[in-house]
Amino acid sequence: MFTRRPHSGSPVRLSLDGESIEAVAGDSVAAAMLAAGAATFRDTPVGGLPRGPHCQIGNCYDCLVEIDGRPNRQACLVTVAPGMRVRRQRGAVRVLP
Amino acid sequence: MTGRAPELAIVGAGPAGMAAAITAAGLGIDCTVFDEQAAPGGQIYRNVQRLARERPDDLTLLGPDYAAGLGLVQAFDRSNAQFRPGSSIWEITADGGLGLLDGTGASALAAERVIIAAGAMERPLPIPGWTLPGVMTAGAAQTLLKASGLVPDGPVVLAGGGPLIYLVAWQLLRAGVPVSAVLLTAPRRQRLAALAHLPMALWEAGNLAKGLAWRKETARRGVPFIGGVQALAAEGDGRVERVRYRDAHGRDRSIDCALLLLHDGVIPNTQLSRVAGCPHEWDARQRCWRPTADAFGATPLDRIAVVGDGAGIGGAEAAATRGRLAAFDAARRLGRLEPVEMARRAAPDLRRLRRQMALRPFLDAWFRPADWLAVPPDDDTVVCRCEEVTAGDLRRVVAMGCLGPNQAKSFTRAGMGPCQGRMCGPAVCEIFAREQERPVSEVGYYRIRPPVRPITVGQAAGLSGLGEPGSSGALPYRIETATSD
Repeated sequence: MFTRRPHSGSPVRLSLDGESIEAVAGDSVAAAMLAAGAATFRDTPVGGLPRGPHCQIGNCYDCLVEIDGRPNRQACLVTVAPGMRVRRQRGAVRVLP
Repeated sequence: MTGRAPELAIVGAGPAGMAAAITAAGLGIDCTVFDEQAAPGGQIYRNVQRLARERPDDLTLLGPDYAAGLGLVQAFDRSNAQFRPGSSIWEITADGGLGLLDGTGASALAAERVIIAAGAMERPLPIPGWTLPGVMTAGAAQTLLKASGLVPDGPVVLAGGGPLIYLVAWQLLRAGVPVSAVLLTAPRRQRLAALAHLPMALWEAGNLAKGLAWRKETARRGVPFIGGVQALAAEGDGRVERVRYRDAHGRDRSIDCALLLLHDGVIPNTQLSRVAGCPHEWDARQRCWRPTADAFGATPLDRIAVVGDGAGIGGAEAAATRGRLAAFDAARRLGRLEPVEMARRAAPDLRRLRRQMALRPFLDAWFRPADWLAVPPDDDTVVCRCEEVTAGDLRRVVAMGCLGPNQAKSFTRAGMGPCQGRMCGPAVCEIFAREQERPVSEVGYYRIRPPVRPITVGQAAGLSGLGEPGSSGALPYRIETATSD
């Protein structure tokens, strides 16, 4: 969906659903995911429907992902860090097994 | 961590916040600027310093208006104002208390005066299929380009209206992006009304000419501008694959695309001014809510000012002027400037502001959002994205006697999801106004309560700075630890 223009930034490696992806220092998690080809970031808790980022500036909350074990982080507002573990959220969180 | 309480707290480091900080710091005021981003600039000058360093070609590509931000950001860096990047403000109280969330956790601090410079957001456009992955705002695509150098690699369609849609189309084309079409939704009949404002707009002829040039160059490169579009809808299986619309001759059309970029102007982001308790008014001309404030950004709340696009849409240049004016007013209130001296210093900026706002009435009338975009006619269209509440759901509860947007939360959960009504609020108010046959100003808006950014229970429990000795004006909360038997 997106390609990256030429730059002189430094690479940062993180993981998305266990797969290693490369980002550039200063990227938001959302930008890193889009650059890695992700279109869907989560399924909604209400209808289980796919969502991806809509606004990129922290208003729509459709880019919610799990980062380093903490769910519901706004991917567009969190800056990538080396070794960060990002997971897509699937539907509602199960509280009971 | 408890932040040292500044005399003046400025929320937002866009043109308004930076200009306010530079001026205030220059007058000897101890001021701190908080922003969620890692660097100053706001959305308009997002990432401008790093981009100039790492992607100098993109500075040319984005155009001179973006590059102009570099000077302001550098002046802000040189000023004595403190900058706290990566800081979210989740609460503001009328007496100057601030709830802060940063890398170290949640804290509370108190300022003598608060300037809210929260900026604008793009008007949400609830059309069928707008929740599909691949449907973004035009501003989102521009943000990805500014912040990370990302450009769409598949066919793109832009739809809606407003100056930004022309700018983004022009920038994407210059970056080599295949733009299939620009679909314009503004009803053609309103152009006549807009022309009445043209003489005043000519005061700002330079900016008017700039917009026309973006359009001309985009059209010259073979991108069709399709006017009088209606019944816009995004379609696709799991992600957007095409956009459907009805053309000006009433024919149904569709265009395949990998990315649909929606935009129909920007509106003030009022979440923070609302949580602070500022009164808001319905701006019928700009078709949005804005906080009540004077030319200096002063609100009816003694300690709170609102500036920039967050106080009413005027653009980046006007935002900087309004920021300076709010800083002069803060200096007067904090005893740094005598009223006469304050008036003398503010006079040139007041004149400048009048000129900078001269283009707005024309733009507001020319690009006035179509009724069918403000009030979704199709009952199946999702209005509240978080809780998946449709226009039909809302119309049904109005018919049942639901009184207004706040009661609609209990009836439908609209506005109760993670975005806290940011995306559905405008449409919900307009649906109520239409169905109840009363003005939006009378319908009102959601009551916005803290925290306006999500904080975890753990962060709330670790909240520092509450009611500590000397922290007068800190947040009026108490954390009590319950012990179970």
